[in-house]
Amino acid sequence: MLTSVIKTFFARSDFFGLVFGLRAPESGPIRLTQRRVYVLPTGYGLAFALALLLMLIGSINYSLGLGYVLTFALAGMGLVSMLHTYRNLANLTVRAGRADPVFAGGTATFDLVLENPSGFDRFTLFARHGTFSVDVDVPAERSEVARVAVPAPKRGWLAVGRVTLETRFPVGLFRCWSYVLPEMGVAVYPRPDDSELPPAKARPDSGEVTSTGGGVDDFAGLRPYQPGDSPRHIAWKAAEREGLLLTKHFAGRGAAELWLEWSDLPNALDLEARLSRLARWVLLADEAGFAYGLRIPGAEIEPGFGDAHRDACLTRLALFDATPPRHAAPSRA
Amino acid sequence: MPRLPAPSLYLLFLGMTLAAAPHLPRLPWWIALLVVGLLGWRAWVVQRSISLPRRWLILGLAFTTLAMVYLHYKTVFGRDAGVALLVIFLALKLLEMRTLRDVTVVVLLAYFLALTNFFYSQTILTGALMTLTLVVLTTALVGFNAPRRRVRDNLKTAGVLLGQGLPVMLVLFLLFPRVQGPLWGMPQDAYAGMTGLSDTMTPGNISSLSQSDAIAFRARFDGEPPARGRLYWRGPVFWEFDGRTWRAGRGPSSQFYRFEPEGVPVQYEMTVEPHNRQWLFALDLAGQVPQGAYGTSDYQLLSRQPVRSRVRYPMHSFLDYRATAGATPAELDYARELPPGVNPRARELALRWRRDAKAEDDVMLRALDYFRTAGLRYTLNPPLLGADSVDEMLFVTKSGFCEHFSSAFVFLMRAAGVPARVVTGYQGGELNPVDQFVVVRQSDAHAWAEVWLPSRGWVRVDPTAAVVPMRVESGLAAAVPDTEPVPLLVRVDVTWLRQLRFSWEALANRWNQWVLGYNPERQRDFLHRLGMPSPDWQKMATTLFWAVGGIVTLIALFVLRRRLSKDPVQRIWLAFCAKLARAGTERRPSEGPAAFAERAGRAHPARAGVVQAVARLYADLRYGPQRDPEGVARLARMVREFRP
Repeated sequence: MLTSVIKTFFARSDFFGLVFGLRAPESGPIRLTQRRVYVLPTGYGLAFALALLLMLIGSINYSLGLGYVLTFALAGMGLVSMLHTYRNLANLTVRAGRADPVFAGGTATFDLVLENPSGFDRFTLFARHGTFSVDVDVPAERSEVARVAVPAPKRGWLAVGRVTLETRFPVGLFRCWSYVLPEMGVAVYPRPDDSELPPAKARPDSGEVTSTGGGVDDFAGLRPYQPGDSPRHIAWKAAEREGLLLTKHFAGRGAAELWLEWSDLPNALDLEARLSRLARWVLLADEAGFAYGLRIPGAEIEPGFGDAHRDACLTRLALFDATPPRHAAPSRA
Repeated sequence: MPRLPAPSLYLLFLGMTLAAAPHLPRLPWWIALLVVGLLGWRAWVVQRSISLPRRWLILGLAFTTLAMVYLHYKTVFGRDAGVALLVIFLALKLLEMRTLRDVTVVVLLAYFLALTNFFYSQTILTGALMTLTLVVLTTALVGFNAPRRRVRDNLKTAGVLLGQGLPVMLVLFLLFPRVQGPLWGMPQDAYAGMTGLSDTMTPGNISSLSQSDAIAFRARFDGEPPARGRLYWRGPVFWEFDGRTWRAGRGPSSQFYRFEPEGVPVQYEMTVEPHNRQWLFALDLAGQVPQGAYGTSDYQLLSRQPVRSRVRYPMHSFLDYRATAGATPAELDYARELPPGVNPRARELALRWRRDAKAEDDVMLRALDYFRTAGLRYTLNPPLLGADSVDEMLFVTKSGFCEHFSSAFVFLMRAAGVPARVVTGYQGGELNPVDQFVVVRQSDAHAWAEVWLPSRGWVRVDPTAAVVPMRVESGLAAAVPDTEPVPLLVRVDVTWLRQLRFSWEALANRWNQWVLGYNPERQRDFLHRLGMPSPDWQKMATTLFWAVGGIVTLIALFVLRRRLSKDPVQRIWLAFCAKLARAGTERRPSEGPAAFAERAGRAHPARAGVVQAVARLYADLRYGPQRDPEGVARLARMVREFRP
């Protein structure tokens, strides 16, 4: 009950924005300066303090000179460990790294590049996001990638959001942490349904019939490789022979193109179902090696093939009608 | 759940073993067996990556051992039972620890277990062993917080943490307001096993004490210590005899401590080891009463609290005196009382002396003569005596120890109508040439007699000295036959061994005085010397706060200082960037060398060429495949000569 109230409060009141001054995503490398690094004892630290108190009382009661020595040595160690915990996080630099798009229902991964500009190694730095947590060590003057996994339940644009960087090194008595809000996001593609490609359909402008059935068309010849060609269609044996990359060229594809159209979708489908269907078609068309185009309200992508083309189509589907982020560059980050 | 790092687990086992090891000989044998077994089991689990035993098994073991501890100690509270339970539960917890939280809790408990060793021993050796334990446990703790690191690095970190914590420890140790314990009633068994004089004297109890070379107290004299034969350290005084055992009886009649001093007093400082009784020792007769103590009419110094921790007090004594207190008619009558019927032959002998003698001192001298000439033998192992103990000792076995002789002497005096009492304490002592402390051991325990002579007051008579003058002149070892079991080092002939022991004991004494004996008084002295004449609680707390704050700030400046890069090329580059920053062109974190040089070149057009060259050379050296030492030197020169 209480926890849910507290959670609601945090969710509604932009607590972090108010207290920690985090509202807008930060672009570029984020340096964890002293102002944004916080230190507090952990629960274990409090237990440690309690144990020291008991040890102190025992030493007083039994007049144990060495008891004082041990108790105070541990107290000194604990105090000093706070400085080392702080040092382990402060002045670290966080940069947005690679982020891979994902289908709705999957898990997006964001690479945070942690750069250690200092002359000492840093250990066990945690990057936390929701319930996810990963820890890395960053040697002196090196950088290391912390791969943060974020669940992507919904189609659209997924910003990484607030990531907590934290450490308890060296002895776990203190927790030092900082919040970062890197300007980083990925397109979450619609989750494909399990439909088939639409039936063959005559295009008025080409006069030919595009085929969709099995047997993937007839092999028509080889042409030089162009960036974007699917590796599946590269003629590896020929490439070996000829000394250059060649792409298999299929009949019925160069001549006629498959258009995946919004208007072909059954009217019964709602928006998300339509996008899911289209995403499925894109995948199937890509799989089959067709040249395909996408036509949806407000967007048209000329027919093409290859991974880059496929991703462009899926991204367009992902961002359909979604509030585009301010800086959204709907490409692979 | 990530796997716990095995090296750190082994270190934790080692740390626990070190913390528990000194306890094991004190604990019932089955606990040692259980601990070794559980440790082995857990190590096996780590080695073979098998699963931990089920929880009910651990719970069952816990209840079983709890019951066994109760059966052994008849309690589960108190010092010994508490330690036994801590050791067992820590070992059981090993088989129940699965998460990082579990292991860190075990580390905490192991720190606690290390402390409990100090209940039993606070010697330098124990201190060293626990320091090692502290380092091992802290290394393990660091390891659990950095599972990918090597043990050697973790050890280094633990060393750094403890080392940098040392100044804090020192400040807390010196300035934390000390309170004299105990804060509450101590467990019954807290002071078991302290050796020292007893509050009764039965034939045999001093001779068994003589087997111990434990230190009873130390004295540091201003100047030369008096001759050994004059070192009579007064302890409990006994008035009442039941035929076998001497007791304080009704005890001293008052706190009327008075005598007439003669001559110049000897000044010295006493450091008495805890013995859990009230006696404070001083040379006959003490010229002052220590703080927190009182004197009695039979010249005992009694502390108001039992001596449960080492006490130190300044003292001066008059070796020559006329002791006239404790001599009211009632007291003198009490000092003539004897149990009826026992020792008829001794009584007869005493009455004969009484008839022949003119005065009390004549009786005393005849008795002393008798002890000198009767052929008595001084031995640590006197034969057992029956109901008429004095008769048997004097006429049948003819051998005894100081308690037999003093007992017999006082009996004879009382039988002759001369008031007399038994005084116990220590006689002699050994000067440690290393630190000039006179060390008095339990083996110096002694018993003598005091006789009331109307002309001179209470006079000390040592019948043992009459039997074996060597005892008083040279000590126990010289006085008893070579075959008798005195502590090895009391014998004089092993010179180098004695020298070693002198050095070690001097060190141990300094340790006692400064580490263990740093009590409220010492702290007041220390603060006084620091310029705080009358430190009260608040002043001390404030001082402590600022001192710890200051020290931690200094350590923080040291820990958080900017480290120069390990890479010389990087260092030179940063110096270059700093120069440009001072000139108003600061490198942005996102800027690489080329982009920065381009921008800086635009800002300082006159220097654009140099800036570009430095940036290119830096990029080559830092990121190029091979580093040319000449290039590094050139870069250094370029940056040094660079003026934006």
